[in-house]
Amino acid sequence: MQDVKDIEIELFLDAMRLRHGYDFSNYSRASLKRRILGLLPALGFDRIVDMLPSLLYEHGFHLHVISLLSVPVSEMFRNPEVFLSLRKKVAPVLQSYPQINIWVAGCATGEEVYSLAILLKEENLYDRTQIYATDINDAALAKAEEGVYPVKLLKDYAGAYLKAGGAFSLENYYQSLYDFGMMDSSLKKNIVFAHHNLVADGVFCEVNMILCRNVLIYFDRYLQGRVLHLLRDSFARGGFLCLGNKESLEFSDVAVDFKTIDFSCRIYQCVPNLPQTSWSPDDMTSL
Amino acid sequence: MRPKFAANIMESRRYDVVVIGCSTGGLEALRIVLGALPATFPLPILVVCHTALGAEGLLVELLGRSCVLTVREAVEKQSIAPGVVVLASPGYHLLLEKDLTLSFSADLKVCGARPAIDVLFESAADAVGERLIGIVLTGANNDGSRGLLAIRQTGGVGIVQDPVTAVAPEMPQAALDIAGADYVFLLSEIAPFLMRLVEEG
Repeated sequence: MQDVKDIEIELFLDAMRLRHGYDFSNYSRASLKRRILGLLPALGFDRIVDMLPSLLYEHGFHLHVISLLSVPVSEMFRNPEVFLSLRKKVAPVLQSYPQINIWVAGCATGEEVYSLAILLKEENLYDRTQIYATDINDAALAKAEEGVYPVKLLKDYAGAYLKAGGAFSLENYYQSLYDFGMMDSSLKKNIVFAHHNLVADGVFCEVNMILCRNVLIYFDRYLQGRVLHLLRDSFARGGFLCLGNKESLEFSDVAVDFKTIDFSCRIYQCVPNLPQTSWSPDDMTSL
Repeated sequence: MRPKFAANIMESRRYDVVVIGCSTGGLEALRIVLGALPATFPLPILVVCHTALGAEGLLVELLGRSCVLTVREAVEKQSIAPGVVVLASPGYHLLLEKDLTLSFSADLKVCGARPAIDVLFESAADAVGERLIGIVLTGANNDGSRGLLAIRQTGGVGIVQDPVTAVAPEMPQAALDIAGADYVFLLSEIAPFLMRLVEEG
């Protein structure tokens, strides 16, 4: 016999998938369950099944659910050593490209996108870069596009910015308005924010770098593998992939298409293992 | 529903997993508890110890040196194994899935902590139910008390370090206040008791 809460969760997931096309069934179940149970006090329900009528019939309710379900937790220059490594090991390669496309997959409220934009600016790469920042959560995307964060948090990020190799001061990149700081518009001009669901949507551009940090941890192995295929298929040859510090691609069959640039920072480069051509010089001798 | 067992965990045993939570004074406490367990200890042990970010390697190393059990940092999606101590990574919540693999989350802090003891305990209670042993040791906040409550409500065993003997009494005291305990022990009593629990079967 299944636990009654687990049955409720199955019903909830069925409703999300069948009614709205959002399939959470291959998310890591323990944290998903925690998040679904967290919806109850936030939305004023006692039981998960009590949400189902609204989920099925109330226009727009599911978007509210998604905005709460995919709780965006983000910070600027999280794990500053990763951004330092991107600056030292990836930026020099990008210097030789006339046009750079970057995808930030699962950008949440945008802190990481702006961190990256600052890095690119300081490396004189920003003006020829197009950044695509995507997320499943439209409310988070709107916040990301706005680029307004509490000054208190921005001050907390100042240290990480310097550890990430920041050349100036983080204050140079935002205007303070009372308790909030608005990211400089010069950081925003080459960023496109767009809705994209890694579970359901496909390749949408050819990119030279993908940041997808702390997104895969929420997926089970099957879905992680599928998303890694999607990321791989989005790369121009030699593109760079940066995952979260506790994520990896070694378990997946796409691993053969990547070489490790910096394992502790989870930075990889996509160098597809092209199938051997049937003809090789050795064959000449056997002719 | 009874979870699937790792092949080398005996079917007859009553318990499948031990979870431990601690904070201030935790390293010393863990050395005493885990250091007294023999290499034959048959259960996986999952630990959340609030530490400064970046110190994870150090904690694994220090604990490893005082234990005969294998001590590792948690690896996402890895299965837990008998007699292996797994430490949660700083900056990530650690959760146990029903298939006895480990999940991470970077969600909001719980009780001001990430990893949070509550998150591990509640997920483990959900995963293995009454086949769980939960232990709250020294610490300076109230993390772990809701988790221990979940463990006891699903029929698992709740053990709390005697707050009077703890370096920081707040955490074990909060656990006693909110969850109560099946046993309140001195640190030195915990390992022998765990051995008795697993040997009784």
